Amino acid sequence: MAKPIIYGFVRLGRKAGPLANLRGKPMSLIVAENVHKVYQAGEVAIHALKGVSFSVEPGAFVSFVGPSGSGKTTLLNLIGCLDKSTEGRLTVAGTDVSGLGRRQGAAFRGEKLGFIFQDFNLIPVLTVYENIEYPLLMVQDVPARQRSERVLALLEAVGMTEQKDKLPDQISGGQKQRVAVARALVTNPALVLADEPTANLDHATAYQVIELMKRMRDSFGTTFIFSTHDPKIVGEAEIIYTLEDGRLAGTQARGEAAHG
Amino acid sequence: MAKLLKIAVRNLLRYRRRTVLTASLITLGVVFVLVFVSVTGSFKAMMIAQNTDSMLGHLQVHRKGYVASIDNLPLNLNLKPGAMARLQRVLDAQPEIAAYSPRIKFGAMFSTFVETTNIRLNGVDPEREFATVPLLPARILEGEKTLARGEIWIPELLARGMKVKVGDMVVIVATNQDGSVNGRQFKVAGVLESVSGPGGRDGYIHIDDAAEVLRMEQREVSEVAIRLKDFERLAAFSEKLGMLLEQELNQQGKPIFEVHTWEKLSPFYNIARMIDVMTFFMKLMLIAIVLVSIMNVMIMAVFERIREIGTIAAIGTRPGRILSLFLLEGLSLGVAGAILGSAVGAVIIFVLNVSHITYDFGRQKNLLLQATIDPVDVLVLSVIVVVIAVIASLQPAFKASRMEPIKALRHV
Repeated sequence: MAKPIIYGFVRLGRKAGPLANLRGKPMSLIVAENVHKVYQAGEVAIHALKGVSFSVEPGAFVSFVGPSGSGKTTLLNLIGCLDKSTEGRLTVAGTDVSGLGRRQGAAFRGEKLGFIFQDFNLIPVLTVYENIEYPLLMVQDVPARQRSERVLALLEAVGMTEQKDKLPDQISGGQKQRVAVARALVTNPALVLADEPTANLDHATAYQVIELMKRMRDSFGTTFIFSTHDPKIVGEAEIIYTLEDGRLAGTQARGEAAHG
Repeated sequence: MAKLLKIAVRNLLRYRRRTVLTASLITLGVVFVLVFVSVTGSFKAMMIAQNTDSMLGHLQVHRKGYVASIDNLPLNLNLKPGAMARLQRVLDAQPEIAAYSPRIKFGAMFSTFVETTNIRLNGVDPEREFATVPLLPARILEGEKTLARGEIWIPELLARGMKVKVGDMVVIVATNQDGSVNGRQFKVAGVLESVSGPGGRDGYIHIDDAAEVLRMEQREVSEVAIRLKDFERLAAFSEKLGMLLEQELNQQGKPIFEVHTWEKLSPFYNIARMIDVMTFFMKLMLIAIVLVSIMNVMIMAVFERIREIGTIAAIGTRPGRILSLFLLEGLSLGVAGAILGSAVGAVIIFVLNVSHITYDFGRQKNLLLQATIDPVDVLVLSVIVVVIAVIASLQPAFKASRMEPIKALRHV
């Protein structure tokens, strides 16, 4: 595994409390128990998730795969507190996220989670530097000096230092996703969720982005969960959960045979 | 907050043409209101000055009940010497008063030995009258700007109608309180320009002559006109003087005096009020312009940036911050419009003044337009624009802050 080149990055101390049991043994970062999600489309009920149960350990590099409509995005939205399950229990970083209100959800996302989007979703009026700085400034109210240190370290980590003053429309898709990775990591979250992060990139760039995410996991111990269609990209995950028709159809650890 | 403001301004500049158009509309509205207020203010100030400085004074004191019968110029409601002495004591103690002038007003017959007509006359002490209404001598079209005993100033219309010239001898015949008639010859010393408002077509004689014509055994006074050092303090001083004079009671224990400001004596006050009402409606139009244009821009901004709102909400931006961001965009537009509008308005007012534009009003020719604006008015207008800009942004900003991130992220 290539050693990440990171200089001067200041890591926040991660709280052991929510993720450790009384004996000090690491607890699962995510625990999903019989999670259901039903959407109401007019009079038609769409059962997007049908009793999904799984767990993810801290520091894991996990992928959810499956055909379109299998429930990948729905599951990532539930984990990311962007939506609420209809039934079941979903615990993320020790918090039952199904009970969080609008403000609590926003606070939880800002503190514990990072997001990488398929379309990059950078703020077009902000430079690369400012996009990465945004969560520290607008979400966590981090002092200026610390902000600067963290942003510069992450710019270097994702190889975007020279482009720091450019606006998003002045950089390539792969570079945008690098910036998005840096923005997701800048708050030092416990978990980064990436929904189809490579869908809009060519294969080589997609591979580089996945490699970057992996390096970041190795450097900061951040758990990464991503969804993808690309079979070659899927292979980069250490744990692969396969979803079919709203159900967990199989789990596969890297190098192991799939089991359902 | 500074960073939030920077993002807000950048968001506005993202749609440069739309932002410039909206800011221009607000600027135009502010300019229009400022110029309107300054020009109508100039006209209003000229009319007020004409009324107060050439006829009425800033305020007047009469015997209680006089003003209700003022059209008849009732001699039986004059202030007696005792009351006048009490009034003088009060007036002399007021530091706000620059000058005051007692007047005897009465109706009389005016005869040229060939023709006779009626005339309203003011008996005045010239020195005190000129100090109280300093523009009175400026109304003299022909003759001298002084008034000695045995002389009369007659109104312009009367002079033309009866073909009376300066230096002619005329006879004034008046009935006194007892009903007896007395007459006396006067030399025409001046012809007065007629102006609109009460007393605008009155003649003037010396107060001692007036007392003589009316055969007053003791000096009585119909009214006392007062000029203040600071016109802006008129309302406060009027209230103060009213309270002081309320304590001056007659033998029946009732107040002797009544105090009226020029507004209550001159019909021009209604015109001044109309100007104020027009100004108010101009401001309402400006408010409507700001409200509609900013609301339109902000609704568009929210609609066009739904996915962006979803992104910043997803990464944990609190709803209050999102609300603040959009409010700041509206605020920035309002501030830009207010500052630009005030600056352009000030330049236009300056140009109007250096251009020395003149206008005619009634019989008055070549009145100089002196457009002025109170900095407080500019400040108040700017604050109104900014507050309305924020109010106009409230609904779109609230909508943005309440957006569900998952729905916003799905928006195409």
